[in-house]
Amino acid sequence: MPLLELRGVAARYGPLQALHGIDLSVGEGEIVAVLGANGAGKTTTLRAISATVRTSGDIVFAGERLPRHPEAVARAGIAHVPEGRGTFAQLSVEENLRLGAHVRRDRAGVKADRDRVLRRFPILAERRRQAAGTLSGGEQQQLALARALMQRPRLLLLDEPSLGLAPLVVAGFYDVVSELNEREGLSVLVVEQNARLALASSSRAYVLEVGRVAVDGPSSALQRDESVRRSYLGY
Amino acid sequence: MPLAVDWAGVAQQIVAGLSSGGTYATLAVALVLIYRATGVINFAQGELAMFSTFVAWTLTQHGLSYWSAFAVTVAASFAGGIALERAVIRPVEGRPVLTIAIVTIGLFFVANGAAFWIWSPEVKSMPNAFSTRPIRVAGVAFSISDLGIIGVSLLAVLLLWLFFRFTKVGLAMRAAALNPESSRLTGIRVTWTIALGWGLAAALGAVAGLMAAPPLGSFDQNFMQPILLYAFAGAVLGGIDSALGAVIGSLALGVFLNLIGTYVSWIGTDLRQAAALAVILVVLLVKPTGLLGSGAVRRV
Amino acid sequence: MRSGRIAAGALVAAAAVALVLLLPHWLSDARAAEFARAGCFFIAILGLNLLTGYTGQISLGHGALMAVGAYTTAILTADHGFRDLWTIPLAGVVAMAAGFLLGLPAIRLSGLYLALATFAFGVAMPALLKKFSGLTGGSAGINLFDKALNRSTGALGSVHVLGRTVATNDFLYYLTWGIGLLLAGAAWLLVRGRVGRAFRAVRDSEVAAASSGVNTAFYKTLAFGISGFYAGVGGSLFVLVSNWFVSPSTFLFALSLLLVVGAVVGGLGSLAGMALGALFIQFMPSWADNLSSAPGAPSVFFGAAIVLVMILLPAGLGGLLGKLAEPLTRRLYTRSQEGQ
Repeated sequence: MPLLELRGVAARYGPLQALHGIDLSVGEGEIVAVLGANGAGKTTTLRAISATVRTSGDIVFAGERLPRHPEAVARAGIAHVPEGRGTFAQLSVEENLRLGAHVRRDRAGVKADRDRVLRRFPILAERRRQAAGTLSGGEQQQLALARALMQRPRLLLLDEPSLGLAPLVVAGFYDVVSELNEREGLSVLVVEQNARLALASSSRAYVLEVGRVAVDGPSSALQRDESVRRSYLGY
Repeated sequence: MPLAVDWAGVAQQIVAGLSSGGTYATLAVALVLIYRATGVINFAQGELAMFSTFVAWTLTQHGLSYWSAFAVTVAASFAGGIALERAVIRPVEGRPVLTIAIVTIGLFFVANGAAFWIWSPEVKSMPNAFSTRPIRVAGVAFSISDLGIIGVSLLAVLLLWLFFRFTKVGLAMRAAALNPESSRLTGIRVTWTIALGWGLAAALGAVAGLMAAPPLGSFDQNFMQPILLYAFAGAVLGGIDSALGAVIGSLALGVFLNLIGTYVSWIGTDLRQAAALAVILVVLLVKPTGLLGSGAVRRV
Repeated sequence: MRSGRIAAGALVAAAAVALVLLLPHWLSDARAAEFARAGCFFIAILGLNLLTGYTGQISLGHGALMAVGAYTTAILTADHGFRDLWTIPLAGVVAMAAGFLLGLPAIRLSGLYLALATFAFGVAMPALLKKFSGLTGGSAGINLFDKALNRSTGALGSVHVLGRTVATNDFLYYLTWGIGLLLAGAAWLLVRGRVGRAFRAVRDSEVAAASSGVNTAFYKTLAFGISGFYAGVGGSLFVLVSNWFVSPSTFLFALSLLLVVGAVVGGLGSLAGMALGALFIQFMPSWADNLSSAPGAPSVFFGAAIVLVMILLPAGLGGLLGKLAEPLTRRLYTRSQEGQ
């Protein structure tokens, strides 16, 4: 049974229908990519899962229907790193990390995770007391990921992590994500404009077009399929 | 005009000014709390504080000591503030700021009217919080009451600061005020942080009212209205989105009003309110965001 | 479709005029006086609606602008030999100038800070009126009954107009609501034109408006000026309606607050709502008075009414009216389409 399953999920912003009933799944321990052009509904898909947009259809997580409140979704074990990273710019790096663990009650575990996170992202340890808004784009992306990890989620939702970042920084970021996936079995659903990168880092992918799933399948297959690449992925 | 300055007198006036400034500061921090959480100025903050004070007064009439009544009232005000937010503000939470502001105006009328309805219009007096004897410091006589009020006000604000800085709930409230969207994704129940903010603001208001009432000698249901005005002025002076600014601004305003009231003869006590208004206007003309405010546009 | 809209608008206007003309037949003399008072509020709130509802500028000082109009009328009538009615447009102009002045901070301030600046003006006005007692008569105010009885239209109980004798209160009712309807029509035209579009642009996004070439400072100041004119006319009429007497305590800050409540409860952006809002702030307190004479009880009911309207009716009373009238106006639209 997949960890996350979307069945016939539709979503709208007022009168505008952004998703027209999509089916999607993420297996335990998988990295799944959601690709497509601007406006295809990629971000909306993640918003549908974290209940920050009105949806209809079924969203099932770990065998149970996902509650339709963002706070409850977080509590259920899903960490959503939104577009723009959602950093609390006026709070310190340390406080941002503490906030990440808000849903948790095991103080010892939280402390251990914080130490681990600071070891994995040494730049954050260095800038612990600084206001998060003073960090560079790449550092903020690390902070966003670290904050999500503090939640000890089962599923990580990443919205366009490569946006606005230098290629080297992005590559480093995806290395960390892959490592977390391999070593700790963290499941990931990542939305990306940069299709090449996303396909290289994921096992399966969905390509959205105008709110519907146009193509889906193993990432390696999509990478090799020239017509898919040309029609949907722009390369 | 005598050449020798009566330093002792000035010192006494400064302390007296800090004392009234302390009550303004407590109320001002309540205003800032709700403003930062919801983007709205709670017009009813003073009347709610007045209502709490009257509840405390009733308790003292039934045999409780001042400080027992104080403790019960502050706790009850905290709960009452949360209940009020759930009942009356939650239904309009997503609406334009002006709508919510009008609701607080409605609350102003309700609280004021309810106080007249429940308690008679004749003036009341509150037992003293502190001893009325003077205390001599460096040869100058100060009122223990003044010093006590300064102490309690600063203590209240300090406790609040500690709460925000070091507790999990406090951090969650700060986050929710800064970025409600991100906070929700982190699992913070933003609407409950707003309710908590109202509870804390109501508790602070109760402290302000309970500190302000005894020195007045006698007070009636309208006694908090000038104090609300001074709290506004103090918050504007210090920066309406900064709690520290609100405290500093209010203390400074208290001292300023006291000094000019004492030493500038044509101002006297009637034009105190006009002086506070003048302060508001000058700040708005020169630096609207106040001494410590950052002026970031708040969008709920 | 457009002709349907205009037909609907004309029908509403005709209904409004008819209502205003016919209502006094069912009203007692005392009631007519109350409606006349509501008429003054209607005019002031119309102006406030243009400022807050259409241009997005908040003002907690419009009671003070009413005071400017009122005192202009009182002073001109008492000390300068004017007949009270002729001072009405003058009061509007003087208040318009005051409105422009009040609008100057609006160029730099917005939102809460603008509210505070106008708040200071609203609170300071009674004190200012008392201070300049040479001009304003100080705390005692100005009593036109004593000083200018022969120039106070209707002060003696009835008015001769168009060959008929009308009771004073009826006359004042027609005067206030007649002027109110005229000014409402003017506001309606203004809102539909270029100025109205500029106002709305400023309200919706100052940045966008400015980058589209709209002179935001000019339009903000203009909105303050125009709303000042309306408030001045309302204030001027208020003198007549208040037994030709005015004093600083007539224009306490509470009035400015009440006007804002009336505008928002009425439903910002709805001209018909402004009439409802005016009726609300005039009659709600006295209905509350009737419910209970215990001290403070009327305030509780009035406040509760405000809170309830805000919670239950997001678009105010005007919005409710619009929803109720929807079936009717919808039929008008489809009717006109069939006609084409």
